[in-house]
Formats: sequence, structure tokens, C-alpha cells
Amino acid sequence: MLKYILIPLLPFASFLINILLGRNFIKDRAHWIAVPAVFGSFVLAVSAFLEVMNGNTININVYSWIASGDFTVSVGFLIDQLSAVMLMVVTSIGTLIFIYSIGYMHGDGGYYRFFAYLSLFVFSMLILVMANNFLLLYFGWEAVGLCSYFLIGYWFHKKSAADAGKKAFIVNRFGDFGFGLGVILIFLTFGSLEYLQVFGGAGAAMGQTISLFGYEVDLLTLICLLLFCGAVGKSAQIPLHVWLPDAMEGPTPVSALIHAATMVTAGVFMVARCNPLFNLSEVAMNTVAVTGGVTAIFAATIALVQNDIKRVIAYSTVSQLGYMFLALGVGAYSAGIFHLYTHAYFKALLFLGSGSVIHALHDVQDMRNMGGLKKHMPVTYAVFIIATLSITGIPGLAGFFSKDEILWRTYLAGDLGKLLWFLGTTAALLTAFYSWRLIYMTFHGKFRGTHEQEHHLHESPKVITVPLMLLAVGAVAAGWVGIPPVIMEHGDRIGEFLAPVLGHPEGHGTHAEEYMVMGASIFVALLGWFVAHRMYVKTPELPRKLGASLQPVYNLLLNKYYVDELYSKTLVQPVLRAADRIILGFDTYVIEGIVNGVPGLIGAFSRKLREVQTGMLSNYALVMALGALCIVGIWIFLR
Amino acid sequence: MENIIYNHLDYSILSWTVFLPVLGALFLLLVQGRAVIRWISLLFTLATFVISLPLLTHFDKGTHAMQFVERHDWIPSWGINYFIGIDGISILFITLTTVLSVLCVLVSWMAIENKVKEFHIAILTMEAGMLGVFVALDFFLFYIFWEAMLIPMFLLIGVWGGQNRVYAAIKFFLYTLIGSLLMLVGIVVLYYTGGRTLDILALSSLDYPFKLQCWLFLAFFAAFAVKVPMFPVHTWLPDAHTEAPTAGSVILAGVLIKMGAYGFLRFSMPMFPAATKFFTGPVLILSVIAIIYGALVCFAQKDFKRLIAYSSVSHMGFVTLGLFAFNTQGVEGGILQMVNHGIITGALFLMIGIIYERTHTRVIADYGGFAKLVPWYAGLFIVLTFASIGLPGTNGFIGEFLIIFGALKARMLYGVLAATGIILGAGYMLWLYQRIFFQDANPDYEVSGHHPVSDLTAREVVLLLPLFVFVFWIGFYPNTLLDYMHASVEHLIQRVNVTEMAGSGKMIANYLTEIF
Repeated sequence: MLKYILIPLLPFASFLINILLGRNFIKDRAHWIAVPAVFGSFVLAVSAFLEVMNGNTININVYSWIASGDFTVSVGFLIDQLSAVMLMVVTSIGTLIFIYSIGYMHGDGGYYRFFAYLSLFVFSMLILVMANNFLLLYFGWEAVGLCSYFLIGYWFHKKSAADAGKKAFIVNRFGDFGFGLGVILIFLTFGSLEYLQVFGGAGAAMGQTISLFGYEVDLLTLICLLLFCGAVGKSAQIPLHVWLPDAMEGPTPVSALIHAATMVTAGVFMVARCNPLFNLSEVAMNTVAVTGGVTAIFAATIALVQNDIKRVIAYSTVSQLGYMFLALGVGAYSAGIFHLYTHAYFKALLFLGSGSVIHALHDVQDMRNMGGLKKHMPVTYAVFIIATLSITGIPGLAGFFSKDEILWRTYLAGDLGKLLWFLGTTAALLTAFYSWRLIYMTFHGKFRGTHEQEHHLHESPKVITVPLMLLAVGAVAAGWVGIPPVIMEHGDRIGEFLAPVLGHPEGHGTHAEEYMVMGASIFVALLGWFVAHRMYVKTPELPRKLGASLQPVYNLLLNKYYVDELYSKTLVQPVLRAADRIILGFDTYVIEGIVNGVPGLIGAFSRKLREVQTGMLSNYALVMALGALCIVGIWIFLR
Repeated sequence: MENIIYNHLDYSILSWTVFLPVLGALFLLLVQGRAVIRWISLLFTLATFVISLPLLTHFDKGTHAMQFVERHDWIPSWGINYFIGIDGISILFITLTTVLSVLCVLVSWMAIENKVKEFHIAILTMEAGMLGVFVALDFFLFYIFWEAMLIPMFLLIGVWGGQNRVYAAIKFFLYTLIGSLLMLVGIVVLYYTGGRTLDILALSSLDYPFKLQCWLFLAFFAAFAVKVPMFPVHTWLPDAHTEAPTAGSVILAGVLIKMGAYGFLRFSMPMFPAATKFFTGPVLILSVIAIIYGALVCFAQKDFKRLIAYSSVSHMGFVTLGLFAFNTQGVEGGILQMVNHGIITGALFLMIGIIYERTHTRVIADYGGFAKLVPWYAGLFIVLTFASIGLPGTNGFIGEFLIIFGALKARMLYGVLAATGIILGAGYMLWLYQRIFFQDANPDYEVSGHHPVSDLTAREVVLLLPLFVFVFWIGFYPNTLLDYMHASVEHLIQRVNVTEMAGSGKMIANYLTEIF
């Protein structure tokens, strides 16, 4: 048992040591504590994974956390197939990114602080995936949000960074508002918060309704939708996606680990974990699928025109998360988790690769000031190409298998499925375009920065490139555990591994159809590549012309559909203005006025009292006694 | 050690706890010299804390009955007794009071230079008064403590307060006085209807006619609602908090405003269960308004301390919401949240006092970039910020979660509305933190020629540390505290809910037409 508890506790110990001793003692040696800790977790996770492969799932309660009346909940861990896969993703990518950070954060003033927060994050994320009940899940859920807040605002002297951290936390609170209510509703329905008991009772709760402000609502649907609110916030889906692009204010390793590979996928993990509940509510499932499908294409269109290298990748992340929800919504849970797992590798690689570029250019992020980096940074270029081939879905690489599985399962899911498949495939076209656009703008053509910068261009050190190369291996090979049966029998090993938790997806199609879907995705991947090549290599003046002729559309996309402005105008500003003018005025004048009876009474009273300041105590006693006497007298008299 | 104390003090341990600070205050009258006074004051508050510890260890958690009971005739002809004891509802407040009192002495070490002796006498008598309120089981005794507590608090604000101290002190005094007088009338009525006794336990087990219950409930409510403070009688609180010296704010936020909610639990609910049920709706609505309204007002504050003061209105709204949900989770969450609020807001006021000693400004706009200037201070402050927001792992989460759980179970709508408070809370606290600690230092402030601000001293770390231990202890293992409450809370809920069955809807409806 100790072995499993140590998985999260090792990074936690690293956090404590670094945060308490880092400032004065450890300083720039912080990685000597953090890296072994997270690597230790990785080793233990591997051993747990092997045990699960042998068919032993673990469910332990460590201690009773809260007990109040009939409400009880423990701190306890569940390690089954699903959490085992998540453990592997978190600790393996975590280790690589920790090592990468040694190089990337070298010389930063808050080096120890960075590793402390990163360790706290890994701890929180591990608690999140290992929890065996909803409240501990909620603990991890909020704790990763906290770390995200710290790390986005890591360079807190920048207003933009401080704003972005705050925004991320508060936007997530909107989602957590629903999530928290959902958790409480689960207990009120099932009398427990433990996964196994809740999922065991799910069938019995089917068809129950609850009266909500006068309407009869299906209980399970309500619970699922409330939980999904949390997922929408954490995984940056429409309409709560606005925090993720701003989160790129954080250091690049943070963007890779938290805002691409792990934390933002927590929503996907949670919905997959709750599949026994979601399966029973068609409304909830359709909501998940549509949200995912729409987000996938929505974010991809924004990514088409962004110029900040990290923002392009950020919108790409939002879009890819949309794919995962699309899979969950059509009941293909294992396909969603499969994509989560492959995405973690190629997206972490994209971010770390862009970090390598930013590092070489001394914090330039605008792609318009890049170009021609291919010959200066061959390793970074090579891994970028691999990641791009993977994300765009070129056959043989990781992204191809998982994305194809999602699109195929979506295609099979009825009429709505066909429509969503079309959206997904179109999004894949856009993905290919913006991914190659990024490559061409960054690595091809002529360098567009200053001579000073060009002079200093260099490939990153080994401590950065080695993790990149290892991630590149993942971006190629991670998909080989999920080869569709139509190509290789028993090729879908991850699907079969996860089946005890996530079940088998429904729906069957002919081989011809499956090849058609596959062919369509390969075709759009190549088409997007071709168009990007055409626009950014062959005729570089074309994009500007196109942008000018389609000015309104271009501006709409560049400004991210003005969603931020909309929220600011309809939500943020009104609250602040109401607080400032209405509420404060109300408090000062109306309530004070009414409660005080005559305004200024107190002032008058105090002036009176000031004149007889020495007699204040006796006055007080006198008033008390007199008042009491009068009232008692009146009362006795009237009796 | 607590065994030794327990064996020596035996039956009078509770009296010792209450009156040791009084002894200390008397002793202070005899000595001279600031340093001596401070050390003696510290010694007595520490000693009080130490002898209050056996109460925790020797408390029988299995019963709702009063424990450590002491009962002596006092004025037999009026039926007045010296009658004290504690149960699962009051015990935690004893410890909270004794802990915070020690910290109040410590934080005033450097801050109070003026009338040191009088200040520490006020603190010690204040402590005795508060402890007395929580242990008194005789109405006469209770009322003496209740009013006695007001005087030192009034002086703390009025003498050692900020610029606007006289206004704030008198406002505080008037508000509380008016409430208290109505309660006094209620007590007198109870004395006569209850058979000329002032025994709180005896009076709590009687069944009063519904109409009388309602009037009495309102009379007591006046006193308690002002203390809590509930919307709309909260406006004394921001002034009192802001103007009070740090120690005063800590006591005010930590203990004093808990007395209103404690009063609901000790008096209103067991004595007037039918009326309590009857008035539940309005009280819940006022609670929800307090949560949202209190949070919104925080957004408009320009003053560091005033913002935290207004946040108390919001947090105490959670407390009353939980208590009036009348289920185990709601009531236990409410009590726990009172303790939590004492810890978190107490610590916040301590920290504000600490930084004020260095900067001499409470205007938020004067700050900025303090994370660089005072990193340890900033690190501790962020912990409190998130505890206040109710982040899991801190004590704030457990309290708020249980309250929202209880509210949702009792009345769906109020639970949902209360939960919006967690979004607003995150908003104003993180915005505050950003303005104080992040970005660049305020240039206007820099040029005004203040000394460079220094980080926490050893004394300050020592005085803050206990509260941080509690923040995480309760966050990770709240059962330590919840276990004390179960029996008493179950008993209370049963009393209220049984009445509901006896006092059928018809009866209530009849009285409804009669009252209004």
C-alpha cells in the first residue's frame, strides 16, 4: 500500500523541501530534489501499471477525511486500467519536462520556486487521477488549478501574467461551481461519493427526476451536465475556453506539462471516469459530443491567423481537446483516452520545441519575427516536423491512429454523428494548415528578426534537446498500441486494456466505410499541408493579399470572435460597476440611513458623548440600567 | 501535562480558565514598566491557554450533556446561580478564544506604545468576558459577561483605534446596545414564564406557546443578528474592524462576531424551536443576501482592512445559512466555519497589522510588487487567501462544503445561490492579492520616502504559525473538530425537528394570521 501512496507523496515532499528551504539554501540546485522525486513516481507508476496489467486493480481507503452525520468520505485511491494509463502519461511526460526545465529555467531568479510549484502540480495531478471518490477528485481538481494559477503568474511582475493567472482561476471557478454542485447531488442521490458505489447504483437511479425551480428534470442528466460544467472549465471548451490562450503567459515547460499534456485533459479523464453515469443520459452525451465537435472547429479557425507561436499551439490544444470530448460524447471513451495519451506526447513536443525556439531568440514569440531557423536549429526543426506529422494525422504516427479512431467512431454514431464527423474532418483540414503554417513561418524562408538576434541563434543545449528527442519517439510510436482492427487484428491493444473500465464502443460499419473515413482524413491532412506550402513557401505574398480581401473574417478570427470582449462587457464590467456604484452607495446611504434612523444621529451622539468623555462608563451603565428598568416596568405593568 | 493540570484543578477547571485572565488584569494594576506588563500579559494568556487544554482532552465526545459543570447558589432569592459548563458546541470556542488572545498580546508587542497597561488590562478582561459568555449556563451570569465584554471592546476601538475611532466605537456600542436591551427584555419574560428561574438548561427544555416563542425569538434575534452581523444590520462591522487596533480586529473577527451565531445555537434554537422553524425562510434569505452582497461590496473597497472586514459579512452569511439548514452537515459546517473564520480572518487581520506597522497605509493602491519586497510574507498571505476562498486542503473548504451540502439538502435554491459566493470570493481575493503583491511597486509610494519594507521577524512568524497549522490540520483532518460536535448537534437538531412534528403546520398557520 505504501508504494501507491508514495506515488503522489514523492513530488509533494519535493514541493515542501523546495518551498521551505529553496530560497535560502537550495536555490539553483532545486532540480536535484524535484527530478529524482518525479522520476521516483514514474518508477512506482510503472510498477503499478504492470500490476494492473496482471489484472490486479487496487482500491484502498487511507483514512476517513470528513465524517458529519450520514455524510462520510475518505481519502482513498483507486488504481485501475484508466488511472494506470493516466499515471504513466503524467509521470513520464512530467519527468521529461522537469529535465527540460533545468535547461530552460536556468538562471531564473525564482528557479527553486518554479520546481516547487511544478512538484506541487504533479502531486495534485496524481491525486486527481488516483482518487477513488469524487471529493478527493475535487481536491486534486482544485489543487491543479491552484498550481496553474501560480505557474501562469510565475513572472508576476508582468501585469499580463498576473492577469492571466487570475483569469484562469476565476474562469475555472465558474466550471467548478457546477462541478461542486454535481458532486453534492451525487451524494444526495447515491449516499456515497466512492466511484464504485456510485457507478454500482447508477442503474437504479435511472429515470429518477428532481424538481428544479418548478421543472421536473432527469436526475442523472442533471448530475452529468453539472459534472461536465467542471470539465468545460478545466479542459477549456466553449464557452469557458478563454483562459487557456492567456495561460501561455507562463513559462513554456508549464504550457507543455499543464496546459497541454496533463491538467487540461483532466476534464476528459473525469468524463471517461464517470462513463457509467453519462451512458445513462442521452442528453448529456449529446451535449458532450456537440461541445467537443464545435470547440474542435471553432478553436482551429482561430489558430489559422494567430501570430504568436505559443497561441497557435494553445488554440490547437483547445481544438484537440474538443476531439477528445467528441469521442467521449459518442461513447468511444477509450478512443478519447487514446487521443489524450498520444496528444500528450506530440503536443508537449510542440510546446517544448517552441520553447527551444523562444529560448534561442531570447523571448521572441511572434512568428512574424522568425523564419529560417531550420539551419540554425536542426534538432528542434526535426522534432517539430515529427510532431506536426503526428498531429496532422499522417499514417504511421501516433496522432493518425487516435484521431482516426475518433472520427471513425463519430461517423458510426447516427445522423448527429455524421454531422460531427464532417465537422471533425474539416477541423483536421484546418489543423494541417495551421500546423504547417507554423513550421513554414518559423523555420523556412529568411530570418526576419534583428541582426543581433541572428548572430546569437544557436541550437539548444542537450538538457533541452534530449527530452525533445525522447518525446519525439513518443509522438511517433505512442499510437502503435491502438492500430485499428481493420488493419491489424488485435491491434487495438489500448482499447482492449481499457475495456474493463470504459467498455466497448457501440456501432458497426463496413470495412469500406472505415477505409473511406480513413482516406478522408489522410486526404485533408495532405490538402492542408499542400495549401500551407502553397501560401507560405511558394507565394509568400498570398497570405497578406488574402487577409486584405477577407478583412472582416480575418479580423474576426484574429480577435478570437471577440469572446473576451463580450465577457468583459456583459459580466466583468457590470459586476465591478454594480459593486462600485450601486452596492457601495446602497450600503453607505440607504442601509446606514434606514438602520441608523436619522442620519447623523451617531455624529450628534458622539459629539454629546465627547463633551462628557470622562463619564462615559458610568453613562453607559446608567443608560443600560434605565433602559432595562423602563422596559421591565412597562412589561410588568402591561402584564 | 494536561493530566497534571486536570488533576490539580479538578472540578473548578472551567472557572480557572475564565477567571485567570481577570487575575492577570488585577495583577497588571500593580506593576509598572512596559516590558514587564507585556510579559505578564503574555504569561497570563499563555497560562489560560494551557489550562484550557485539558478541557479538550478530557471532554467526553459521546454525550450532548454539559460537562465540567460547576453550580453554586449565588442570589438564591432571585433564583440566580453561578452555573457554568460546556458542551460540544461551546468547547471549540473556548480554545479558539484562548489561542487568539495569546496572539493578540504578541501582535501588540510593538504596535501599542500608548497606555500599554490599560491596553493589556482591556485585552485580558475581554478574554474573560468572551470565555464567560461561552460557558455561562445561567442567564444572569450570561448577561453580565455579554455586556462586560462590550466595555473593553469599546475602549479598544475608541482609545487605540485609527483616525475615525470615536465614530466607529460609538457606532459599535449603539448597535450592540440596542440589540442587547431587546434580549434583556426577552430574558426577563423568560424568567417569569419559565417559573422564576434563570437556568438556561431548564429554560431550554420547556415548551412555550408559539406566539410567545415568536416574540422572544425576535427579541433575541435582534441581539444576535447585530453581533453576527447579518444583512442589513452589518454596517457597524466595517467601521469597527477598520478602526480597531490589530488585536481588536482579531478578537472582533475571531470571537466576538461568533457570539451571535453561538446565541442562535444556545438559545434561539433549543428554546424557541417552533419559532425558529417559522422564521427559517427569512433568515435563510438574509444569509444568502449577506453572502452575495458582502462579496460584491468587497469589489468596491479601496481599503485593505475594510475589504477583509466586508468579506466577514459574506463568510458569516455562510455560517447562518448552515445553522438554519437544520441538518447535521449544515449545523456542523456552520460551527466549523465559525472556527475557520476565526482562524483565517484572525490571521488575515494579524498580517494586515504586521504590514501596516511597516507601511502605515491601508490604501490598496499604495501597494504593489510586495511579493518581491517581502517574499515570506507574500507566501503566507497567499495561503490565507486560498483558505478564505475555500480551496480543498484548507479548513475553509471543509466548512463551506458542509454548509453548501447542508443547504442544498434542505433547500436547493439557497444552496445554489450560496455556491455563487465561491466564484465571487475567488474574484475579490485574487484581485486584492494581485494589487498588493504582484506587478511593480507603486512609484508614488516609493517616492514618498518610506523605509524599505522588511520581511517577517521571528516573533511574527511564531505568532502566525499556529494559525497556519490549524488551516491545514482542519483541511486534511477536520474530524478532530467535528468529533466534538456530533452528539450536541444531533441533540439540537432532534429538539428542533421533533418540535416541528408536534407543532403542526396548522398551528403555525393559525398563529401566522394572529401575529401579522
